Amino acid sequence: MKIVVDRTKCTGLGICESIAPDHFEVDDSGDLVLLNEDITDDERATIEEAVESCPTSALSLHA
Amino acid sequence: MPTSKAVSHLVVVGGSLAGLRAIGAARKAGFSGELTLIGAEPHLPYDRPPLSKVFLDTLDLGVAPLSTTFHDEAHLRDELGVSLRLGTPVSGLDLDAREVQLADRAIRYDHLVIATGADARRLPGSHGLAGVHTLRSVDDARAIRGALDAGARTVVIGAGFIGSEVAASARKRGLDVTIIEALPVPLSRAVGDELGPMVARLHGRNGTTLICGVTVEALVGSTRVEGVALSDGRVLAADLVVVGIGAVPTTGWLEGSGLALNDGVVCDATLSTGHPGVYAAGDVARWHNPLFDRSQRLEHWTSAAEQGAAAGRNAISPAQAKPYSTVPYFWSDWYDARIQFVGIPDADEVRIVEGDPERDPRWVGLYRSGDRITGALAVNGQSVIMKYRAMIGRQTSFREAIEFGQRRQLSPT
Repeated sequence: MKIVVDRTKCTGLGICESIAPDHFEVDDSGDLVLLNEDITDDERATIEEAVESCPTSALSLHA
Repeated sequence: MPTSKAVSHLVVVGGSLAGLRAIGAARKAGFSGELTLIGAEPHLPYDRPPLSKVFLDTLDLGVAPLSTTFHDEAHLRDELGVSLRLGTPVSGLDLDAREVQLADRAIRYDHLVIATGADARRLPGSHGLAGVHTLRSVDDARAIRGALDAGARTVVIGAGFIGSEVAASARKRGLDVTIIEALPVPLSRAVGDELGPMVARLHGRNGTTLICGVTVEALVGSTRVEGVALSDGRVLAADLVVVGIGAVPTTGWLEGSGLALNDGVVCDATLSTGHPGVYAAGDVARWHNPLFDRSQRLEHWTSAAEQGAAAGRNAISPAQAKPYSTVPYFWSDWYDARIQFVGIPDADEVRIVEGDPERDPRWVGLYRSGDRITGALAVNGQSVIMKYRAMIGRQTSFREAIEFGQRRQLSPT
């Protein structure tokens, strides 16, 4: 599975970083950096939580 | 259709973020019973933060502001299996009969999530005067948009976050804007007395007048507002008055129900009211936050979403109920600045670790209680705020947080 960020929606609110700091980090200009776009089965529940928690619905998971 | 043993029924009162998340989480946890969502507003569940931000921006002629509706009706009905009862205010709760009372009937529940939110506090004497608005619903936001489109001279009453966002939107359009704040220090409840005024300087820098320590004597005008009379004798001309003086939890319908009410529905750490099957979430819930060992009622997007999901899950399986614990987080967008706060604002000490609030567009302040970091405020500090949130959650020492801040100051990413 891969994480995909819709850059037209993301405003760098950082809730994903709070939930999964090994995958998401907001940089100094306020843009979201994907530290690791591939996820393992073990990480899936946490990443799904991050996806669902995004206030701007900017994240999705793709096969 | 089963006739002998009826299926279990989860009723969610409140058709906004927390209520919607309660439904989604219950289904995700495997709840296969009946689901009813009751909302006072006629609209499908929609998102509120954009209403005081991007929703108010200038658009080309004929272009409608983007809808903030979360899901269409078919998704709610077919994917989530929800019976929607919108435009339906509730009038009471019968804990013994396990019924929610509507104007014309009662709905029986097995599990109940109360997520009725909060109502914007109104200014006494403003009733029936055109041009005076609070901002809570999409209908409020449309009315304010319309007035801004017409070039309204704008007065905002209350220097809180919603009022400040409206002021920033009006300034972006080049309109004259004044904010009136009754307290001597702006934003003190939200971010504390020390940093509140530093955040509020953004107004002056962007051409918005902020007057503190002055109250509103009267609104001038007979059918439509024409001005605002202040306690210092001044009268400000106004075509649009936006009242942003806080919100009160929507608990009127629960008076006398037997639920404990104290500036919100009183809940334990699992968001349970202590009455069988009855949970609360979002702006209306006052719950015990284990992380800070204190009773809190938050009016933030993040906690409404998380509490909604937690209350939905706990309501359908009370035996497995888990406590909900959080480092509160909210954000606000003014002019070109993003303001983010994590933690709790009352502190023994507040220290600026990055930038100079007097002149830098980016700065960060940390809050100490005892020897722990318990809060952080960032203006344009998106790259560090969640790191401080994690430190607060881990109960990190203030010294360690300060050291981290000093390292970031020296070598930003």
